[in-house]
Amino acid sequence: MTKKIKSSEKTELNKPSFSKDKVRKFMLGSKDDMGFLRKLFTYAILICVGFVFIYPLINMLSTSMMTLDDLIDTSIQWIPSTFNLQNYSDAAGAMDFWESLKDSFIIAGLPTIIQVCICAFVGYGFARFDFRGKNLMMGLLVFSFIIPPQILMMPTYVLYLDMHLIGHLRAYIIPAILGQGFKSQIFILICWQFFRQVPQSLIEAAQIDGAGYFKSFFRIAIPSAAGALLVVFLFSFVWYWNESYLANLYINGGTGKFSDYKLLVVQLAQFNDIYTQYAQSGAQMGAPQNNESVRMAGTMLTVIPLLLIYFVLQRQFVESVDRTGITGE
Amino acid sequence: MMTTNTKNVETEAPVKESKVVKAKASKKKIDKPKKSKSVTKLKKRESRMGYVFTFPWIIGAAVLLIYPFIQSFYFALCHLVFKPDRTRVIDFKGMENFANVIRRDTTFIENLIAYVMKMVVSVPVIVVFSLLIAMLLNGKIRCKGLFRTIYFLPVIVVSGPVMSMLTAEGAGSINVVNMDSIGVALQFLPTYISEPVLSIFQNIVLILWYAGVQILIFIAAIQKIDSSLYEAAKIDGGSGWECFWKITLPTIKPMILLNAIYTLVFLSNNGNAAITDAISNAMFEISRGYGYASAMAWMYGLIIGILVIIIFLLFLQKKDHYQKQVAKVKRLEKRSRKSLAKAEKHMQRNNLKFEKLVEKQASGKKAKGGREND
Repeated sequence: MTKKIKSSEKTELNKPSFSKDKVRKFMLGSKDDMGFLRKLFTYAILICVGFVFIYPLINMLSTSMMTLDDLIDTSIQWIPSTFNLQNYSDAAGAMDFWESLKDSFIIAGLPTIIQVCICAFVGYGFARFDFRGKNLMMGLLVFSFIIPPQILMMPTYVLYLDMHLIGHLRAYIIPAILGQGFKSQIFILICWQFFRQVPQSLIEAAQIDGAGYFKSFFRIAIPSAAGALLVVFLFSFVWYWNESYLANLYINGGTGKFSDYKLLVVQLAQFNDIYTQYAQSGAQMGAPQNNESVRMAGTMLTVIPLLLIYFVLQRQFVESVDRTGITGE
Repeated sequence: MMTTNTKNVETEAPVKESKVVKAKASKKKIDKPKKSKSVTKLKKRESRMGYVFTFPWIIGAAVLLIYPFIQSFYFALCHLVFKPDRTRVIDFKGMENFANVIRRDTTFIENLIAYVMKMVVSVPVIVVFSLLIAMLLNGKIRCKGLFRTIYFLPVIVVSGPVMSMLTAEGAGSINVVNMDSIGVALQFLPTYISEPVLSIFQNIVLILWYAGVQILIFIAAIQKIDSSLYEAAKIDGGSGWECFWKITLPTIKPMILLNAIYTLVFLSNNGNAAITDAISNAMFEISRGYGYASAMAWMYGLIIGILVIIIFLLFLQKKDHYQKQVAKVKRLEKRSRKSLAKAEKHMQRNNLKFEKLVEKQASGKKAKGGREND
């Protein structure tokens, strides 16, 4: 007869609540779980590095909202006393914000669209066809990526002067059409790597069904490359927006021959002069002199449009490298 | 069967002599299968289409790349000044511009050396740092997306004026970390080591801001590594450290090369205010002119080229020994096939000539014989 075991008579299983084994498992981890120590270490490093990354931006944000009194007051370091946007309106007025924004969008957007189309075209040509001199051309492509643009800057400037391209938007568009836009070598390589992964048998099947070369490009290759083309678009837009050196040279004519286009970043580069002009013109009564917070407000204004785009599309940005397949299939 | 036999005999009759060549060919046993004409036509059509597709880039490269390249070298060798009414004055002066740059401009050589030191220090720091962060981000962590967003943020923000504004405000270093203590700690090292290290710490934010894209590339590369390799290694008793050195690093070696070159090129184009400013200032100076600025740009490019070659030598994957042998045999085979094809062509031509000669003689004899018979 089996005796019913009452709960009070159950033998104590003697669960140790604090043993060396358990501590070790907790701290150093078992096979598929990182231990506590290692997790702590990882998170600590990641958070510290993340802080280092955002530090200038937070600095910028907090400084830009400080009034003059806050700047002088040494006890206020990070959090301004009031949430005031006066600096922003001053800086925006000085930099002619809305007009510059529109110009920057045009200057960044139009060559980008052209560049996406042309780089897809050229990348497909490199990937799908085998022709004499292809290796030489790809070598030239990589070589042209490595040489600094300063070497080519001067003769190109002379060439553009002769072709009357300086000072117009054409100075950006015509190189983009010819596949020589900013960093377009990277984009051609990305498209090449991507189109190499389109299976050849698919294209041959389309050929059997009577598709010509262009049709198979537009119907097969492009729809499958939507991810890579989006990446090219985003990166190209950001780089065209941020390029101040060459923009100053080609669009503004270098020595001060101004054109109609005002770029946001170029305005920022000349911020000090522009702001002193603006403050002295008396357009705003009592506008503060050029001080740190106004400069930071100007910088913040330059950065905000791109940041907004980034936050909306951040997944596309961050997963971009993975999607292009540049690290293998 | 009989008909085919006779047909073969008939077709082979006029080319009796080339049998010799064919026998020779089969003896050598390196026989490329003869492709039909339609296949070669397709190949030709495809290569023509290749040219059509890359046509814009070819024109662009010729007009905007090769021509300015050669012109830039030509400018560097002469003295070029723009007059206000847009005419130019060009005298050929040889290497004088380069000599002037080295001898007379004191700041340029200093800037170059400072630049090289900065590159030698920054590029490994950035690559190693992004590798570490990618390894850390690859484990089981929550909020991975948030971290990746933060780390990629600077790529969007970095542009020339923004960076110069930030450096002007001193946001390049972190105020919470005390720089003096690090300086004291590094005192025992010789100056040329401690100085760059100290400058790294002082500009650490600026240096790390260039690492965004590299982190992404490394994350993508590490994720592609097959996890079964790790499991097999763990079964065989490999520790984490060994796994890193023997599995992870060799697999992503091409990515390290890519990242190093990318970092070098980007730092040279963007973050280096001293040299690029010097070049662009010299460009519009009337006393020195374009040739001088061109010479400066060429020296700068040469230095970058040397650094790139050094990186290539360090990281390029060496081919396998057997792969090299296989490649060698293939090359020899190709060469012997080509010479054989040439010899065959010669042979055929000679045979045809010989035939014609024989026919002429035969017809000549026939004519003579016919006349004689008459």
